[in-house]
Amino acid sequence: MTTKPGLPLLFAIAVISASALAYEILLMRLFSIIQWHHFAYMIISLALLGYGVSGVFLALNRDRLSHGFPWAIMTNMLLFSFSAPTCFLLAQQIPFNPAEILWTPVQFLYLCNIYLILTLPFFFAANVIGLSFYHYKEQVSAIYAADLSGAGLGSVGVILLLFLMFPEQILTVLVLSGILATLIVSAFAFRGQHVDTSHWTIACIVIGVTVIFAPTGWITLAISPYKSESQLLLIPGTKVIDRLSSPLGLISVVKTALTPLRHAPGLSINATTEPPEQLAVFTDADNMTAITRYNGKPETVSYLEQTTSALPYHLKQHADILILGAGTGSDILGANSHAIKHIDAVELNPQIIDLVKEKYADFAGRIYSSANVNLHVDEARGFVATSNKTYDLINISLLDAFGASAGLYSLAENYLYTEQAIQDYLQHLGLGGYLSITRWIKIPPRDEPKLLATVVNALKRANIEQPGQRIMMIRSWQTSTLIVKNGVISLDEINRLKQFCSERSFDPVYYPGITDAEVNRFNIQSQPYLYEAATALLGNQGKAFIENYKFNIKPATDDKPYFFHFFKWQTLPEIFTLLDSGGIFLLESGYLLLIAALLQAIIASLLLIALPLRLWKSNLGITNLSGTDLHLPEGRQAGKPDVKPESGSHLRILVYFFCLGLAFLFIEIAFIQKFILILHHPLYAITVVLSTFLLTAGAGSYFSEKLSRSPLKPVIMLPVAVISLLGISYSLGFESIAGFLLKTGYLGRYLFSILLIAPLGFCMGMPFPMALAKISQTTPALIPWIWGINGCASVISAILATLIAMQFGFTVLIFLAIALYCVAAWCFPDLAIES
Amino acid sequence: MKKIKHIVFWLIVIGLILLLFSSHVIAEDVFQHQRLELVNIIKVNVVSTRAFLDRGALDERVLDAIGKVPRHEFVPDDQRPYAYENKPLPIGYGQTISQPYIVAIMTDLLKPKKTDRVLEIGTGSGYQAAILAELVDSVYTIEIIEELAATAAGNLKRTGYNSVHTQTGDGYYGWETAAPFDGIIVTAVASHIPPPLIKQLKPGGRMMIPVGGQFIMQYLTLVIKDFDNKVTTRQIIPVRFVPLTGKH
Repeated sequence: MTTKPGLPLLFAIAVISASALAYEILLMRLFSIIQWHHFAYMIISLALLGYGVSGVFLALNRDRLSHGFPWAIMTNMLLFSFSAPTCFLLAQQIPFNPAEILWTPVQFLYLCNIYLILTLPFFFAANVIGLSFYHYKEQVSAIYAADLSGAGLGSVGVILLLFLMFPEQILTVLVLSGILATLIVSAFAFRGQHVDTSHWTIACIVIGVTVIFAPTGWITLAISPYKSESQLLLIPGTKVIDRLSSPLGLISVVKTALTPLRHAPGLSINATTEPPEQLAVFTDADNMTAITRYNGKPETVSYLEQTTSALPYHLKQHADILILGAGTGSDILGANSHAIKHIDAVELNPQIIDLVKEKYADFAGRIYSSANVNLHVDEARGFVATSNKTYDLINISLLDAFGASAGLYSLAENYLYTEQAIQDYLQHLGLGGYLSITRWIKIPPRDEPKLLATVVNALKRANIEQPGQRIMMIRSWQTSTLIVKNGVISLDEINRLKQFCSERSFDPVYYPGITDAEVNRFNIQSQPYLYEAATALLGNQGKAFIENYKFNIKPATDDKPYFFHFFKWQTLPEIFTLLDSGGIFLLESGYLLLIAALLQAIIASLLLIALPLRLWKSNLGITNLSGTDLHLPEGRQAGKPDVKPESGSHLRILVYFFCLGLAFLFIEIAFIQKFILILHHPLYAITVVLSTFLLTAGAGSYFSEKLSRSPLKPVIMLPVAVISLLGISYSLGFESIAGFLLKTGYLGRYLFSILLIAPLGFCMGMPFPMALAKISQTTPALIPWIWGINGCASVISAILATLIAMQFGFTVLIFLAIALYCVAAWCFPDLAIES
Repeated sequence: MKKIKHIVFWLIVIGLILLLFSSHVIAEDVFQHQRLELVNIIKVNVVSTRAFLDRGALDERVLDAIGKVPRHEFVPDDQRPYAYENKPLPIGYGQTISQPYIVAIMTDLLKPKKTDRVLEIGTGSGYQAAILAELVDSVYTIEIIEELAATAAGNLKRTGYNSVHTQTGDGYYGWETAAPFDGIIVTAVASHIPPPLIKQLKPGGRMMIPVGGQFIMQYLTLVIKDFDNKVTTRQIIPVRFVPLTGKH
């Protein structure tokens, strides 16, 4: 006789759910450190198929496991607890190298092994929840509420832990949380049920104490030898002198004792000076920047005058400037040479600021404490949106690593280089002020033409009739600098630009009145790509140019913030023919990896959902011909089909839960991105939005029990109608909402955002348990299979959402999700009552 | 019957001994064959890329050098079976031996003459230095990673390229005592072109810098110092690809 799940069990389920979500986020961090971000995304998405595997496993063994529920649930909790660190440590030993994947087929095998290993912890965690659903079929809403609330708390918890501990140390915390869940279950969950779990309790205490006191120093990260930090550390006399962890990244400071670092990207070929002593600063073992030794004398950092980003200082004297992405301070050093009266410096990562301002303040010449520097820990776009000031110069220099422009970050949203962002920057320029953006040169060009197209569009939207009169651009062999002026560029400025370029052997790309003869003299390209792009985009054939360009250079917008998405299907066949002859660099691999991940997820899902449906129909409970279902509801007979064969009802169940799985994440992902623009800080925005969604969905699930009691089908219409209404209102009225919230101040923004998301999340938590409650009354045997469907749909959903957003934008994603909710409502299972 | 068995036994033993002695020769023959095939692949690729390289074919001397230098001697044992595939291979310490096609193009773009003096920054396994040694009289190479430098020196010595001057250390300041150079190849990643290296380039000299990661090269930068000491760079992608087609 199954009783109600007690509070201890629900609490333990919440702990496991929290740990599983924390593990997912932690794996993203760990793989971003040891590998690269885009592969981390792919590996973790697919590892989540463990939820799908669990569905099938439980479907086939549901009665056996439910019979020994206490034993099964505690075993799976402990297995999760131990597999979480073990599987990661095993996976990082696999010599997988993403850069080799197109050269060496064995890398695919390594990748598959990583998937399989990392699937295990999620499989065990999913077993805990799925089995509880089946065992306490009358109380699915309470279990789902515990699951969602736990996940919500897990998302906040892991972010906090990442501030306090190094990522690899958090693995131990997950071991303990798994043991804690088991301990709670063994000690409290089955009291008075004649189940002896005392030996489990003792074992948990012993293991837990051992884990707490066991040495953990041996848990180290096996960082890829191809990452730039690993490469620098091979140089004799080089060592890591500082390591700092935060959810924004693992920062390491590297000192080079024997060989100077000499980090001076974009230095002119005419330069004769070299940088002074520097400390390398890596984020996630890559993306190197440097803290430069500074003694207050600008001449010691005169090498910065030999870079393209120095151009705006040579066009005229500035009084008040804004530096976005101040980082380790090289832009401030560059500005210091020009006696700038006031500098607003904005940097997102407080730990980077702490390094320059506190820990290495003497080394860095206390630049962040200078009287003329105002430091702001903020996200660049958010700072601009909430500031009322205007500047003589807004400077954005190389505000992403070279890797970002090398096709690896195409999946990452970036709100710095969208049309709306450029408009924001331009609105904060004083009359005659400049917006200066410096980027890495890429051959064939992708970033720069896209940036040009974005700027031209932004100027046109601001009703500037002749954008070409306001743009200047130059390039070296390694970097380019684009300047947009709030006003018409004068002859004096053009002459200064020419002189600046000629002294440094830089090539002008564009200025009003430029001629063909000037554009390709010092750093010669087979065609003057950027000049051609600039003249085409500023002329009448801009649209045709963008259409015909072999990479995607359509301007990014806030609704489709994928600046680094350069992939075009039309170009793929040509690139494939060039792969053997060194053309591999043309491949925009990030997007293709996403497609590959989606295909793998679909194939795996078909295997996990459809194959069991075909092979083990009776075992799944689709037909109850064997009469072995021990949990037949009252009034139903063994041997009689639960769902009429060939009736299509199981298909409706599948569609219902698949739609829910897709739609839930579509909305969640779309709103996380929408709210980043309001809350600004990507990290806090994701944490607040995600946890609010999950916690309120948990509350919604709990409340849904009351609605479920209604015998009417239209009852599902209630949450679906609210979701549709809110979803449509928020997405259509987003600009007004954002405008209002931005005026409410820091705390107000967060509070109002939570208030806006809460009702949406609350309703989104209802449809799943409501349908599950119906099914538990009619065909409970289907519950594990449904759990598997939900797992598979979630994996596909996360990948598909990114692809849809890249192609059509977040607004379309929200409308699609609402359509999916409507389809689900149409399929709402009174489904199984056809018998 | 016993006698026949005896004869068969000794025939097998002699056969095995002969096989043992000749296996080295057979393997060398196989590698030689693979090398020639590799040269043919490079030739085909160059033809399709001629518009970008400003020539229809590579210097025959460069192709001869590729056909002659035993690449399998410059890769770790586990990579030997792939030594003559047209792809980069890992050589340990997070470094790679470049794709032979790229090696051929980089060497060709240096326009090496027999009497030239060439400097390489980033010896790696020593393969590029060996190719250069086939083409010019004096090759100087510097590697900063001590273990790699030692392995490369061993590889070069074993394969008979004793004339290559090797050094372990920082390549930023070039090789002052051997300067100036007719050609410089900088295979080690640099955030900028070191001014001392430009200084050590002879008037009329050429410097090659591949830009990109270990397995995926993005493009080549060719630095040319003309006879008036004016320095220019050329950015070259090694494949036939125009980002823009159609009329505007």
